[in-house]
Amino acid sequence: MRPAWSVILLTTLLGAGQGLFLALFALEQLDAASVPPAFAAGGAGVALTLLAGGLAASFFHLGRPERAWRSAAMWRTSWLSREVIALPAFMGLLALWGAGHALGASRHWLAVTGWAAVAACVALYVCTAMIYACVKFLQEWHSPLTVVNYLVLGSASGLTLAAAYAAMAAEPLAGIFALAALAATVLGLVTRGAALARNAHLRHKSTLATAIGVKHPRIAQISQGAMGGSFNTREFFHGRSDAAVRTVRRAFLALAFLLPLALLALGFWLRVPSLYVAAFAAQFAGLLAERWYFFAEARHPQNLYYQAVA
Amino acid sequence: MSKQLALVIDLNVCVGCHACVTSCKEWNTSGEAGFLSDDNPYGKDPTGTFLNRVQTFEVGEYPNTETVHFPKSCLHCEDPPCVPVCPTGASYKRAEDGIVLVDYDKCIGCKYCAWACPYGVREIDEHQKVMKKCTLCVDRIYDKTLPESDRKPACVMACPTNARLFGDIHDPESVVSRAIREQGGYALMPEWGTHPANHYLPRRKTEVRLHEDELQRFDNPLKVDRKLPKPAPGEPSLDDVTTW
Repeated sequence: MRPAWSVILLTTLLGAGQGLFLALFALEQLDAASVPPAFAAGGAGVALTLLAGGLAASFFHLGRPERAWRSAAMWRTSWLSREVIALPAFMGLLALWGAGHALGASRHWLAVTGWAAVAACVALYVCTAMIYACVKFLQEWHSPLTVVNYLVLGSASGLTLAAAYAAMAAEPLAGIFALAALAATVLGLVTRGAALARNAHLRHKSTLATAIGVKHPRIAQISQGAMGGSFNTREFFHGRSDAAVRTVRRAFLALAFLLPLALLALGFWLRVPSLYVAAFAAQFAGLLAERWYFFAEARHPQNLYYQAVA
Repeated sequence: MSKQLALVIDLNVCVGCHACVTSCKEWNTSGEAGFLSDDNPYGKDPTGTFLNRVQTFEVGEYPNTETVHFPKSCLHCEDPPCVPVCPTGASYKRAEDGIVLVDYDKCIGCKYCAWACPYGVREIDEHQKVMKKCTLCVDRIYDKTLPESDRKPACVMACPTNARLFGDIHDPESVVSRAIREQGGYALMPEWGTHPANHYLPRRKTEVRLHEDELQRFDNPLKVDRKLPKPAPGEPSLDDVTTW
């Protein structure tokens, strides 16, 4: 598949924003006294900004963005439609929770809006991931690991962001977020590594023989019916060499996992919270590369029909 | 059982002339749904939106090869994976005749349906920014102003070798059902459970069966007159023992 920057930005920004809220809310549940209301409200603002950025990016994926309002209609069958509902629902609940902190609302209000936001947040992770995981013939995506990875990688980047945000706004809290981010990033390395290992041994069900229905092991395409390319050659091929794709894989493994782990550990050990900011910058850049690779890695069966121009 | 209109494409007679492609483009770029965009039609890299394409494959290894011309358009799956993923309901399958259609006024151009089609038969219109696909010429096959013999998809009308058959595959006596049944019609990529309505008829070897009495002329092979047979082929015949 050709990675689309709109979708890469949408999924990474959403993941980080959701993770940041989960980090703030989890700490608040564990030790409410330690979280200053202004810090929580500011964090909600940061998360909302990221979510709004992701939402804005998603519009660039649409051919007719002025009709985007229609996309909530098919929630009974379409995970994309469900995501379109879950995203504003989560943003609204998150805004209520953040406003509650800013305006000094009761603990009851914060708990109700917070837990509702957690439900919407998890639903949004699942919807985003299922958009990809539910397409059964994109075998690289059609796995529970896709859902796990969207959840874990989003949470990891959100925790790292929480550590970076705390380093700037509430330094005593930075350490606990950094430790949680370390654990989540290690978990992310394991789950994303599991997906890479799975896909390395994937056997594709479709072949040229099933694509055109001729039972023969040697079939070669002579022409694809168009000389100058088509939507099919533009949308489903990333057009990069195998070496470039492997380089991106190495880059995302280093940037999204190894470097943030080193920076988080170093910042915690040396008590230099500003390193957490660098850790988030590295991890977010790494997750952009990770998402690019996620798309580039998926081989669509329609590509079997577009192997040779003429 | 409800109707399921479909094409049956005979790969044994398709000669790869692309008449169905041009006829499809001509009909569907002139309809009330708007044109099918092209870019650089006369330039270096011509590209455009087509609802039907003919591809060519070579099967086997030289010199034992066979050329297969392979027309490809929407297969109007009985269980279309492109329909449930559509967030707006623009993609739908008609209950009355099984045609899978896109409502161009509802489509937001998110391309998710194209991702969800294993056959690559949906193409975005790069200028109208909506998804286009084969309609089985739905604006033609029910048109009462046309003579009944013309109420067929444009590609079927154009095919010079009659490689494209059109009809209801749920009617066991239709021309398409009969062709599928009697000539080994098959579906593409059966592994995904999409149950395509369109079927393909396989290439068939045309073999000549020769019997000995067709190679050798026998004047009276059944010997109904009970006369002695002719001399065996190696023995001298009348021509060898006499002159004219």
